[in-house]
Amino acid sequence: MMKRKPLFLYSLLCSLLWACVLAPSLSLAAEQATVAKQPWSFRGIFGSFDKASLRRGYEVYDQVCASCHSLRFLHYRDLETLGYSRAQIAALAARLEVEDGPNDEGEMFSRAALPSDRFVAPFANDEAARTANLGALPPDLSLIVAQLAGKGGADFIYALLTGYSEPPESFELTPGLSYNKVFKGNAIAMPAPLFEDMIAYSDGEKASVERMARDVAQFLAWASDPSLEQRKRIGLRVVIFLTLFFVVAFLYKRRVWARVR
Amino acid sequence: MSKNPPPLFRNPVVRWLDERLPLFSMLRKEYIDYPTPRNVNYFWSFGAIATLMLLLMIATGLMLAMQYTPHVDMAFSSVQRIMRDVNYGWLLRTIHMNGASMFFFAVYIHLYRGMYYGSYKKPRELLWILGVLIFLLMMATAFTGYVLPWGQMSYWAATVITNLFSAIPWIGEDIVQFLWGGFSVDNPTLNRFFVLHFLLPFVIVAVVVLHVAALHVPGSNNPDGIEVKSKRDTLPFHPYITSKDSLALIVFGIGYAVIVFYAPNYLNHPDNAIPANPLSTPEHIVPEWYFLPFYAILRAIPNKLLGVIALFGGVAILFFLPFLDRSKVRSCRYRPLYRWFLWLFVVDAVFLGWLGSKPAEEPYILWARLATAYYFGFFLVITPVLGIVERPRPLPVSISEPVLKTASRPRAS
Ligand code: HEC
Ligand code: HEM
Repeated sequence: MMKRKPLFLYSLLCSLLWACVLAPSLSLAAEQATVAKQPWSFRGIFGSFDKASLRRGYEVYDQVCASCHSLRFLHYRDLETLGYSRAQIAALAARLEVEDGPNDEGEMFSRAALPSDRFVAPFANDEAARTANLGALPPDLSLIVAQLAGKGGADFIYALLTGYSEPPESFELTPGLSYNKVFKGNAIAMPAPLFEDMIAYSDGEKASVERMARDVAQFLAWASDPSLEQRKRIGLRVVIFLTLFFVVAFLYKRRVWARVR
Repeated sequence: MSKNPPPLFRNPVVRWLDERLPLFSMLRKEYIDYPTPRNVNYFWSFGAIATLMLLLMIATGLMLAMQYTPHVDMAFSSVQRIMRDVNYGWLLRTIHMNGASMFFFAVYIHLYRGMYYGSYKKPRELLWILGVLIFLLMMATAFTGYVLPWGQMSYWAATVITNLFSAIPWIGEDIVQFLWGGFSVDNPTLNRFFVLHFLLPFVIVAVVVLHVAALHVPGSNNPDGIEVKSKRDTLPFHPYITSKDSLALIVFGIGYAVIVFYAPNYLNHPDNAIPANPLSTPEHIVPEWYFLPFYAILRAIPNKLLGVIALFGGVAILFFLPFLDRSKVRSCRYRPLYRWFLWLFVVDAVFLGWLGSKPAEEPYILWARLATAYYFGFFLVITPVLGIVERPRPLPVSISEPVLKTASRPRAS
């Protein structure tokens, strides 16, 4: 009867190997310079976002990236998770205008944005966005970390934002584009967006390029996956519960089968 | 199959109901008393796991469907709304999304169990055929479901797969337009895929009921592949098999929970987080992992029509397995040669899956052709020939004998 177990385990292993190792390997495309792994606080089983960093990341998005990139799946009210008060959020939203209507007279009108509104996009449509950016479309950033998961996700965003430099001698850069060591083809239509001390963080942290890149990358990781913390918290409880349940079921099964063995 | 009179229930309401509609007697007969061979191993738990997966998919799917909008302009954002704004919507969706993978994983093991222990042979041919039918329906369900979130992979998978039908001579183009409800994958396509995705799981439930009914006529097969001879060979389903299945289910559940809570996008293609865009074709269009072996078979064949025939033939050939295998011995435990060819078949199928994830270029195409040749050769040549030429090892006299004997003997080697 020794034969049964290895057989069972072996086939389980085969299928697991297929499901876990081979299937995801399909998303690996050819890459530029390697993307270094960053010590994100949201990695790992107990990982969670660094709230202060998220708030700074929002400030970077708001003051720098928002002039070109939309964040259309987020609402201003979502900022409550970052620790902003309702009054602060109402004030943040009110800086922007949205079109509403029609009113009783049938006219469209514009009003200040409310916490229940989606983040206001910088351009009316993709065509306008392209026209302002050398024909390249600045992608919506709500899911950018999930979309770039194959290239490294938040690690890639950090590498991209800190990856600008003068092109090497041999490289022929199309006028208007910038050289970036991790972007595909190395010529990107997004001009280097971050400069030393370009913004003043409200918590007084020094706005170095690395600091800003790290904060905004974490902010975008949160925007892509806002349920991460709740998911890990519930997941831990589920796994612990199932493990205890397993012990009980195991003892029960042994007692039942003791009668016939 | 006991000949006792139907058991009396003590609860008066249950008794009243049961005398008029013997549902409780039926459940008792099929799920409590059902005599199961005492030597079944954990491979036999995957049927129960698959059944529960089906019910879980229906439960989560119904709740998703209450929030989802099947329209090309709104499908993607309605899924984002589920993920961000619906209470526990992210949980429902990650359970459903990864549930499809776990469901296929369970069914692949279930299917392979049937092959290894010869569960498809007389008198269980119809049972097997119903199983393959469920597998086909699952494929259709998963394919239509994958299109619903309307990401880049959704859209392009729908385009590539529906286009396969254009290979059919003369009427191919008309069939494709009929499937699309127009001249390209568009709103009518999404709408009908949603309807089909909603409907098919309930068709699967119906076929599962037939599958189980067909199982309970001859009873379960077992690792020795021999008939049940006496009552000593079997144990009642409850508590023996239920306690064993629960254990398997919990272990399966732990693996599932780890994926859902800690790696919810691990099996997902990142491109499906990009909204569908008919003007931009992704670099590599790849299906979900559970379709990869069949995708590799399709691409291994240079002629489009023959490729499509091979793709569907790869699934359809499973229907004929009971008639291709002429060996009287069921279990591979007593088939010293066939066993190795069957293991090689598993390796071949996994290899095909890996090849399916690679771009269609050399050397992968050559490898895929060889692997495809073995895939069909296994069914069409090896299985029938070995059924005749192989000399099986002697079968045990009965299920209870070897089991009881080894138990009472001091441990040997
Ligand atoms: C002046 C406008 C502008 C600003 C400001 C800007 N971007 Fe961009 N961004 C673009 C354009 C245009 C592209 C498309 C580049 C291309 O396709 O060549 C882009 C692309 C990107 C990409 C996708 C890169 C890829 O590999 O696909 C990311 C990520 C990104 N931007 C992040 C940011 C972040 C974070 C900020 C704020 C710190 C920012 N951008 C500020 C214009 C801008
Ligand atoms: C045999 C069982 C089923 C299988 C194998 C299956 C498979 C799938 C798959 C692979 C997806 C795409 C996952 C994604 O990327 O989001 C999906 C989505 C979906 N399914 Fe199912 N499904 C099943 C049953 C059901 C049922 C019974 C319903 C409803 C009655 C349903 C409703 C939905 C909806 C609304 C979506 C789109 C929302 C989303 O993308 O999360 N499913 N399904």
